[in-house]
Amino acid sequence: MPAFDEMMPDNSGVRRPYSGYDQWFQSQDPSRLTQKTLDAERAFRRTGITFAVYGEAEAAERLIPFDIVPRVISGSEWRRLTQGIKQRVQALNAFLDDIYHRQEILKSGRVPQHLIAGNEAFLPEMVGVRPPAGVYTHIIGVDIVRTSENEFFVLEDNARTPSGVSYMIENRETMMQLFPELFQRVKVLPVENYPQLLRQSLAAVKPDSAPDVPTVAVLTPGSFNSAYFEHAFLADQMGVQLVEGQDLRVVDGHVAMRTTEGYKQIDVLYRRVDDAFLDPLTFRPDSALGVPGIMDVYRAGNVTIANAPGTGIADDKAIYSYMPEIIEFYTGRKAILGNIPTWRCSDADSYKYVKEHLSELVVKEVHGSGGYGMLVGPTASKKEIEAFSHKLAAKPSNYIAQPTLSLSTCPILTEAGLAPRHVDLRPFVLVSDTIQIVPGGLTRVALKEGSLVVNSSQGGGTKDTWVLDD
Amino acid sequence: MLLGRTANGIYWMARYFERAENMARLLDAGLRMALTRAENATEEWTSVVISAGVEFPFKAKYSEFSVGTVTDFLLRDLDNPSSVLSCIEAGRANARMVRTALTREAWEAINDGWMSLRRQLSEPIDERDLPSVLDAIKRETALIRGSIFGTQLRNEIFDFAQLGTYIERADNTARILDVKYYVLLPSISWVGSMLDNSQWESILRSVSAHRSYRWVYEAAYKPTNIADYLILNARMPRSLAFCYRMIDEHLGFLARDYGEKHTCHQTVQQNVGKLKVASIKDIFDAGLHEFLAGFIRDNNKLGQDVAENYRFV
Repeated sequence: MPAFDEMMPDNSGVRRPYSGYDQWFQSQDPSRLTQKTLDAERAFRRTGITFAVYGEAEAAERLIPFDIVPRVISGSEWRRLTQGIKQRVQALNAFLDDIYHRQEILKSGRVPQHLIAGNEAFLPEMVGVRPPAGVYTHIIGVDIVRTSENEFFVLEDNARTPSGVSYMIENRETMMQLFPELFQRVKVLPVENYPQLLRQSLAAVKPDSAPDVPTVAVLTPGSFNSAYFEHAFLADQMGVQLVEGQDLRVVDGHVAMRTTEGYKQIDVLYRRVDDAFLDPLTFRPDSALGVPGIMDVYRAGNVTIANAPGTGIADDKAIYSYMPEIIEFYTGRKAILGNIPTWRCSDADSYKYVKEHLSELVVKEVHGSGGYGMLVGPTASKKEIEAFSHKLAAKPSNYIAQPTLSLSTCPILTEAGLAPRHVDLRPFVLVSDTIQIVPGGLTRVALKEGSLVVNSSQGGGTKDTWVLDD
Repeated sequence: MLLGRTANGIYWMARYFERAENMARLLDAGLRMALTRAENATEEWTSVVISAGVEFPFKAKYSEFSVGTVTDFLLRDLDNPSSVLSCIEAGRANARMVRTALTREAWEAINDGWMSLRRQLSEPIDERDLPSVLDAIKRETALIRGSIFGTQLRNEIFDFAQLGTYIERADNTARILDVKYYVLLPSISWVGSMLDNSQWESILRSVSAHRSYRWVYEAAYKPTNIADYLILNARMPRSLAFCYRMIDEHLGFLARDYGEKHTCHQTVQQNVGKLKVASIKDIFDAGLHEFLAGFIRDNNKLGQDVAENYRFV
């Protein structure tokens, strides 16, 4: 089945959201556009919008390739997506609150107990702790894929420390510099107020005891981290300090940073450091990236940590397949945005379906990773399917199955003109007393023809993502 | 409000770019001497290495002081922490660490300079290309300084950058003078000899002052005037007196902004006091070398006081 192209689906001309862009594109000189691609690359390198590649001493800073053809989403498509995302994010926060308190979803049997108890992402230190303003996951980047005109699926929830928002902003900035005339022709909703919204959102979840205008800071592992550019970018754009563990210590029951005038209190910490490194007294004792004693300050309610420690349990792989149940349990409604359908073979009906459709499905071990013990139905031989069905029959509860998805494509500019490539979408969500989503996001694109891998570490690129004001 | 670590990063960023520029000037002067006085080239390159303060690491690596070994060591050797390449790498790493404290223009000038210079210094430099490489270093560092000067808010961030620049520069000028102090002593110099003239010119050239000297003093070089120019003339931008005027001013701004004085404010007053002598003759009478060695020590102490008082670490 050919993939759904978001600009030019088969035989039906250019889709409406792309018509404005297409008209402009048709009137462009191809050689000028090629030049613009080079201009964009120079601009990115000059500003230092790079990401570090671990393990490469030389040329350790790389650019993520940028494609100058925007990915366009109509206003009505966006409204539907935002409804689905908001519902999901509400459910994620309600789930976290429940898991660290009454655990009703476990008692009800909707999510099995063992998925939580034995999970590394579950932090026993957080049991009974209520974060300031009751928010656990403040900043979320939901990965969404599209498979047809009307079908969107959530691939991952990224409720811990999603990155990429700086690219959303810089990609737009670059597009507006390269093609100012385009933005007069097509009305695109702005994304550049994200840093302001982020700062307001963080200030709104300050501890009760903090001053009315709380001191916010961004905690980075340091300039060798792959996302350091983004940490510095966000701190700069929010107008707050970018701190490292070595700048911080606990002073009089508060987290404080070492300034040229002595130690100053921090009320809200937007941390880009993993849970395990946050507090060497509580978690990994060898961590030099965190702040000794910060968890005590946190438990005493004297600092907001965003996202809260222990948030990872909500976007864990094992939990993912339960998201439809989780959403229904806490919101009382069916999920607006679906998961990629997942059959858990522990369920008899699912097992029956999977057994009969092995040649169409991807079947994985529940606790497996890295592609081991997996069957890819469409590419497997009859013999392999036969062998696998015996394994499956021996212990159905050990397996889940998913369909092979055909991700939508978007055109990129190649030497031979426009060519379709697979894309995904990561909108960014802010949670405080309200839920806000900037209209746009990070579109990642697989630059290799036919490839479904959009990750920047695997040669994926990015595109500016337009939400139309229509 | 400024993090101590950020103040530290700003201060060292400025020091490293200043050092890169000084290194280029020093090599420029050395190159000129080696060209005009081929028979004494080794001696000349030796004093360049000593002025750069890297005699020991150099000797650990090379046995011969020549244009090839010295330029390679001072321009592009990453084992030499004061080479131009090491300086721009360290300067840019510091700038990247404190990026939020810099304007976009300042950061881009630094990043551009880093990209351009590390490319030019990636291969050994052919002697014929040396002048253009040295020019490029001076140009890029000037662009960095200019963009900082033209766009940064005049706040504590700017003050710490200026402190780094002038403490580094004062150290550099004092070292150049101290390595060559004997050619300035009246007892062993006799006015007008070819040898002295070119030695004196070399000193001035290494701080790019060989032209401006003539505007301030008479046309002929006189050792006391040269010393006066580089030590006491408060209008000469690389003199010790000028550097301390700037250091004093920026420490004063910090004291005013923070409403607090520290030991570094006492130290700077003492150092400024020592430069307020009646004439250069007093310094010669007390011993030029002793004066310079004392100055280098005092200047180092000031740097340590600043780091401690403003909680760099």
